[in-house]
Amino acid sequence: MNTRVIHGKVSVLQQRKSNSIWEQVLKYRYLYLMLLPAIVFYIIFYYFPIYGITLAFQDFSYKEGILGSPFVGLANFKGVFNDPDFWRVTANTVVISFWKLVIGFPAPIITALLLNEISRERTKRFFQTVFTFPHFVSWVVVSAMMFNLLSDSGVVNQLFVVLGLEKMNFLTNASTFRPMLYITDVWKDAGWNTIIYLAAVAGINSELYEASDIDGANRWQRLIHITWPGIRSTAAILLILAAGNVMNAGFDQILNLYNGAVMDKADIIDTYVFRRSILLGSDWGSSTAIGLFKSVINFVLLFGVNGLIRVIGEEGIF
Amino acid sequence: MRKALYFNRTRKRTNVFNIFLLIFLSFFTILSFFPFYYLVIISFASYSDINKQLLYIIPTSIDLTAYKLLLLSTDVIRGGLISIGITVFGTLFSLFVTASAAYALSKKYLPGRKLILNFIVFTMFFTGGLIPYYLTIRSLNLVNNLLVMIFPLAINTFYFIIMKTYFLNIPVSVEESAKIDGANDLYIFFRIVIPISLPIIATISLFYAVDRWNEWYIAMLFLNKQELQPLQIVLRNLIVNMENSTGGGVGKAIAASRKPVFTQGVKMAVVVITCVPILLVYPFLQKYFTKGIMLGSIKE
Repeated sequence: MNTRVIHGKVSVLQQRKSNSIWEQVLKYRYLYLMLLPAIVFYIIFYYFPIYGITLAFQDFSYKEGILGSPFVGLANFKGVFNDPDFWRVTANTVVISFWKLVIGFPAPIITALLLNEISRERTKRFFQTVFTFPHFVSWVVVSAMMFNLLSDSGVVNQLFVVLGLEKMNFLTNASTFRPMLYITDVWKDAGWNTIIYLAAVAGINSELYEASDIDGANRWQRLIHITWPGIRSTAAILLILAAGNVMNAGFDQILNLYNGAVMDKADIIDTYVFRRSILLGSDWGSSTAIGLFKSVINFVLLFGVNGLIRVIGEEGIF
Repeated sequence: MRKALYFNRTRKRTNVFNIFLLIFLSFFTILSFFPFYYLVIISFASYSDINKQLLYIIPTSIDLTAYKLLLLSTDVIRGGLISIGITVFGTLFSLFVTASAAYALSKKYLPGRKLILNFIVFTMFFTGGLIPYYLTIRSLNLVNNLLVMIFPLAINTFYFIIMKTYFLNIPVSVEESAKIDGANDLYIFFRIVIPISLPIIATISLFYAVDRWNEWYIAMLFLNKQELQPLQIVLRNLIVNMENSTGGGVGKAIAASRKPVFTQGVKMAVVVITCVPILLVYPFLQKYFTKGIMLGSIKE
């Protein structure tokens, strides 16, 4: 009888609890309904592929699919790590990313600080309008424009001839290709990234500037003691996000600009994976393994830099 | 007296600084602008014009041959129409899915909200990589299907967060008073929230529209049939894959014209056509880069 009572109690409690979840879902049914397409979207286009990472541990064949292909343990990784091409493209990726960060990270900060020194709002807006525009054209368009500028009969080579220099092909020359990547990267996105810093500058309390005026501070002192501290946390967040992207050195850009002549210097992990799997239709397992290697490093760097930034005393993103 | 002198001196120095600043920024303005200017003048140039001048930076004549050729090129016209269609339907679909999810998740009282948000934000930092993605799309039969330009791009997580942040800042009283009147969430969203959120809806629509118009990656991966390729791919085939530049529709049009054509001019004419829509919406886009919208969105 005793147990019965307890049983009865439990079942009532359980029923109540499940009832309340059901009630909640029912109560907010329209909100959940509005969420449904998004959840389906993320499951299909993000979480299926994440599940698909199991391919990295399989000997994948089209016929068997992801569910039926036999598991081979770490064999794919062994193959990848013994492949000299893999190390070559990894080195390229890291080097290109590193220089893009060194050149491309400070560029918008400097631009924002310079624009901030302009007092006329309209002048500032004009520069901002021009600098931001290239962000909105695709890399296909940018590469077309670069081929146009740098071609044999393009204006850059015409200028070289006028100046009495040798004509040069910047995009098929192994020593100039990478600098072209850095330049086009800054050209396209530095202006756009400036907006974020300008927004941060706009958020600085104007009383600070007024006070510094009274104290007779010069531009440089204002920059160091007011403006920079005001945008430092923004820079920290963007640095964390950039760290989480180190292993993506810019597939869109490189795929549209590179060519056989500069392959040794230009080939990055993403272009390598794209060529060997998508174009050749083979090596699915090991290409997935490379992708996983890349994602994991990005993820670790993201959290690593986030932790470092927090140690320095800035707020991270997690 | 001494104080006045001090002020005078700083002002002088300030003026010199301002002049240098303007010169410096103007130099970068020219660098930003010149590639666009140059592509336009090349698209209107003829080969003889360019050879006549040592440095072709001021157009000597306007030659419309390149544009006339493009009017005859089925590739470019078809690609343009496909791009327009993708932009219109893709933007509408993305906007609908993104806005409704953003609204639902802007409700702090919604049970499971935190979990679902984490589920979404996680995908910004960790993905399956190219190969599993490719195989997923294949298994959904989206290869050589124009829907591949719409469904897999339904939500940009970054834009989703911007919208959610915006909806969070709508006063609670708006919702409460509507609820007292007996309205349900769907009614509130479509009839009350959307009309008062037009600035954010306009902003995100423009961003989505530009993204759809510029989308070439998905098209390159999954649309191999020539008759399905959007303008960006037509352009890419013309420029990046040199071997195709004489084989496609544009090449045929050049061959059919039976006179020497400045091919670089034709290529640049395609680039101009690809850029014009962006240029048209740019003033509106720019209006909405409002302060803080981007950054405010990174953190909740």
